Amino acid sequence: MPRELQEVVFVDGVRTPFGKAGEKGMYAQTRADDLVVKCVRELLRRHPELPKERVEEVAIAATTQIGDQGLTLGRLTGLLSGLPKSTPGYSIDRMCAGAMTAVTNVSSSIGVGAIDVAVAGGVEHMGRHPMGEGVDPNPRIVAERLVDESALVMGRTAENLHDRFPELTKERCDAFAVGSQRKLAAAYEAGHVQPDLVPVATRHVEKGWGLATVDEPPRPGTTLEELATLRTPFRPHGNVTAGNAAGLNDGATACLLASQAAADELGLPVRMRLVSYAFVGVEPEVMGIGPVPATEKALAKAGLTIEDIGLFELNEAFAVQVLSFLDHFGIADDDERVNPWGGAIATGHPLASSGVRLMTQLARHFEAHPEVRYGLTAMCIGIGMGGAVIWENPQHADYGKDA
Amino acid sequence: MTTTAPEAHAEVVTHSPVQDVVLPGGAGVLALVTLDNGKDHTRPTTFGPESVAGLQETFDSLRARAEAGEIQAAAVTGKPFVFAVGADLSGVPTVTDRAQALEIARAGHRAFATFADLPVPTFAFVNGAAMGGGVELALSATYRTVSAGVPAFALPETFLGLLPGWGGCWLLPRLVGPEHALTVIAANPLSQNRMLPAKDVARLGIADVLLEPADFLEDSLRWAAAVLTGEVSVDRAPVDLDDAQAWDAACDAARKNALAKTAGRSPGVLRAIDLVRAARTSDREEAFAAEDEALGDLVMSDELRAGLYAFDLVQKRAKRPAGAPDKALARPVTKVGVVGAGLMASQLALLFARRLGVPVVMTDLDEERVTTGVESVHREVEALLEKRRVSPDQASFLTRAVTGSTSKDGFADADLVIEAVFEEMSVKQQVFAEVEAVVSPECVLMTNTSSLSVTEMASRLEHPERVVGFHFFNPVAVMPLLEIVPGERTDEATLATAFATGKALRKTCIRSKDTASFVVNRLLGRFMGEYSRIVDEGTPVEVADRAVAGLAPMPPFVLLGLVGPAIALHNSETLHRAFGDRFHVSPTLRRVVEAGKRGYYLTDERGRPVPDPEVEAMREQPAEPVVLEVDEVRERVLGAIAEEVGIMLADGVVEAPMDIDLAMITGAGFQFWNGGIIPLLDREGVTERVLGRRVLPRGVASVLA
Repeated sequence: MPRELQEVVFVDGVRTPFGKAGEKGMYAQTRADDLVVKCVRELLRRHPELPKERVEEVAIAATTQIGDQGLTLGRLTGLLSGLPKSTPGYSIDRMCAGAMTAVTNVSSSIGVGAIDVAVAGGVEHMGRHPMGEGVDPNPRIVAERLVDESALVMGRTAENLHDRFPELTKERCDAFAVGSQRKLAAAYEAGHVQPDLVPVATRHVEKGWGLATVDEPPRPGTTLEELATLRTPFRPHGNVTAGNAAGLNDGATACLLASQAAADELGLPVRMRLVSYAFVGVEPEVMGIGPVPATEKALAKAGLTIEDIGLFELNEAFAVQVLSFLDHFGIADDDERVNPWGGAIATGHPLASSGVRLMTQLARHFEAHPEVRYGLTAMCIGIGMGGAVIWENPQHADYGKDA
Repeated sequence: MTTTAPEAHAEVVTHSPVQDVVLPGGAGVLALVTLDNGKDHTRPTTFGPESVAGLQETFDSLRARAEAGEIQAAAVTGKPFVFAVGADLSGVPTVTDRAQALEIARAGHRAFATFADLPVPTFAFVNGAAMGGGVELALSATYRTVSAGVPAFALPETFLGLLPGWGGCWLLPRLVGPEHALTVIAANPLSQNRMLPAKDVARLGIADVLLEPADFLEDSLRWAAAVLTGEVSVDRAPVDLDDAQAWDAACDAARKNALAKTAGRSPGVLRAIDLVRAARTSDREEAFAAEDEALGDLVMSDELRAGLYAFDLVQKRAKRPAGAPDKALARPVTKVGVVGAGLMASQLALLFARRLGVPVVMTDLDEERVTTGVESVHREVEALLEKRRVSPDQASFLTRAVTGSTSKDGFADADLVIEAVFEEMSVKQQVFAEVEAVVSPECVLMTNTSSLSVTEMASRLEHPERVVGFHFFNPVAVMPLLEIVPGERTDEATLATAFATGKALRKTCIRSKDTASFVVNRLLGRFMGEYSRIVDEGTPVEVADRAVAGLAPMPPFVLLGLVGPAIALHNSETLHRAFGDRFHVSPTLRRVVEAGKRGYYLTDERGRPVPDPEVEAMREQPAEPVVLEVDEVRERVLGAIAEEVGIMLADGVVEAPMDIDLAMITGAGFQFWNGGIIPLLDREGVTERVLGRRVLPRGVASVLA
């Protein structure tokens, strides 16, 4: 029987407010699995038209898959969220692009017709599970100099990027960071961000229960002057600071994906159509450049060029790596098509969860911009990779026609 | 636990921190109070004096903030899995003054009333187990949500001899009407302390909405916001305060039921019903004052102290059996043999298979008995499946796990073999000899004898050290007690295996010396014997029953029908043989057994016992009837029990007096408000009179005077 491929659509996405990792963070005593469960519950609550038994896969990403992020988290998330026992699930790790990979994985399953409806998401509680918790790097990595030791410390790879592209100055990075904070504050002010945030009850033995409804990391009103005073922890007199990089955060995301046919049948909203995606490896020492080749590959697969992309949601692991992307494609540092609501420098970046945040926001931008046909979500990935997913806007006049 | 007087108790303080929550939909700011004692769910949140003072402080500050317009609503919820399980009763034994008791009552009332009287709407988000004062705090709120995950919601006070004294007797009937209220306040506690599952909390109208556990708190806050904005309206069934007749009828029915269950010997439940009756017309101030006074009286009552003592026995002492060897000595049990395939054997086989999850082989003399026994197990499994007490897979396992044979060869790889054959020494010795020929030298041999000597039963074996008494009570699946009886030569490993097995079977294990009828049947035998002697001598049953009402869960001759006359007769004969005339063997009972009767009573169409005229005709007719008054009967019966308790303690039948009470509560259904039996004997002065001393010091199960 010849295989018929299915179109894959993004139905809806949500996230928890992101928290600061650590003892003082709002999720300090809240479990990681509970965070992602709240997201799945919200998706189900928002879509009563979706019978629970129609969810055929739950793919959940986490970088550190131990403790409350372990035990086949995707499967347990389904059970804890009240999905039927017949709904399977699995866990994913592609470091920062975990949730993005969850989306492309289940999309591929939908594409080949193996399933029709899936949940994809991610969680990272960096307070409970600091980066590198329990890792045991193979000694060959050092012995055979497979990669430079700096490749395993993300901040040092960002400094390496400054070395490779001296035109990416600290001043440009700080200016980009200020812009990120400003744009997020404006988006909050306009009420753009809040609709896709899931309120989370936060547990704390001494403080009692609270309710997280807004992101904890943002520092609205940050100025260049303030940023200039920050330490550069990854290199003496370096460039990368806590101000021009994403922080250490706790948070979770989840989204619903479906075949076009299932969306039509069930009456699920179609917010975006998946056009193409790509993951590409780069030198681990400059992992931040990863989105460049990934985007080029995804564009090539789609038969598009960078000029066809009208909106960009780029993960801001470090300002320098976003700028390296923008420089490569000849896009201005302050181009308004890029991260219209700011990015991870302001909202935070709970590693494996961030990919779906980019998509959820792009879907919102599409609604506001019917004139834009294609959008890009892209991110760099530790150990030297990049990921890119191109989406089409159903609001656009030419939606569904050949490009 | 020791038998010394109680010492001051350090309170595990429940804190009540507050966080502000900005509600969705512009509903304003809700001050969210969390009840948390800083421990995990295994130490549930309770309210001791310091906790109540903290609540008062918290609610006072909320009042100020509400008046200042800083908050538009307030709510209380609990730490994970627990809302709050009520007053911290662990300090009660140290309360020696009624004024202290009164102040405990008043402080709770004050704090809860402060919450109820906040000038903003209040909510209780019942996220987990809620009992007693926890429920009353929830009732003090304007609105309530309950998580579908709440396993237990109850006002269990009357079970202990107390009453809901922090508003429950007034608030609950006014919320859901007297009938539902009395189910929760009186009927459930007196029915083995039954708890409400979450869905019933909503169904009875105690909670306004039932929400799923996965995001209960988030959903509760969303619901609260919707209530505040008017998006959701809360409709409750109205309670008619003007219908005095219906109200009183509900209270009368509850009183009748309570009297039937307690014979009026537990004052708490009757006081509670009186308060519910008054709730129709009393205002809050009057009602709370009446609750204060009632609590003051009850906390200072010996019945409550006995109830707390009994609760402590069942909750704590039962989990750490006195006289049990180091559990590390216990051997693993991977297969069980049961000798016999009769009714008792079948029950044992199923219990072992179900609780230990191991294969069980039953043997009997011929194919027919074996088949009948195995079929009886299968039928029982089928019944469990129908009642959904086991899953189909578990049923499948149990059906295949229990097998039968006429040969004992199947015992070869068993770690434990229990006999449940005819109650005769020579038969049991023979059976053990046959078993020993097949099993390994370490295999533990258990006897379910109710009266025979374990030492004698083991005496002819090559390995007598492996034999231990393991005495269940009928029905095996229901009765919690297990008497574990080492013989003279029983070794520590065998005894440890017995205790570990008993625990795995989820039984309350008591160590008993190897003497006739062990603990429960001996004391019950003395009780029934003395009672029967009095009746045989001419006192009418009605008079005798009034005298012992509230002691056992039912009148002695009704109990006799449940136990079976033949077994009761056998027990009394054994005891008579062992200890002489102080154990009476009733000629009436002998005739009843000879006639093959199943008891002294028939049941009428409503299931109530009525005297069997044929038995009446068999009754002993004394030439010179001695007709005693109620008081005289009580004096004699309690005196006999006290004497026996004294002898048993002197002989070291149990490790400590508390084990007698724990055994009588879990093995014979004796009452909490009597503390089993010894606290009753002490408080009525019987032990003083008969033994010349109290058995338990003042303060252990009574008010420390």
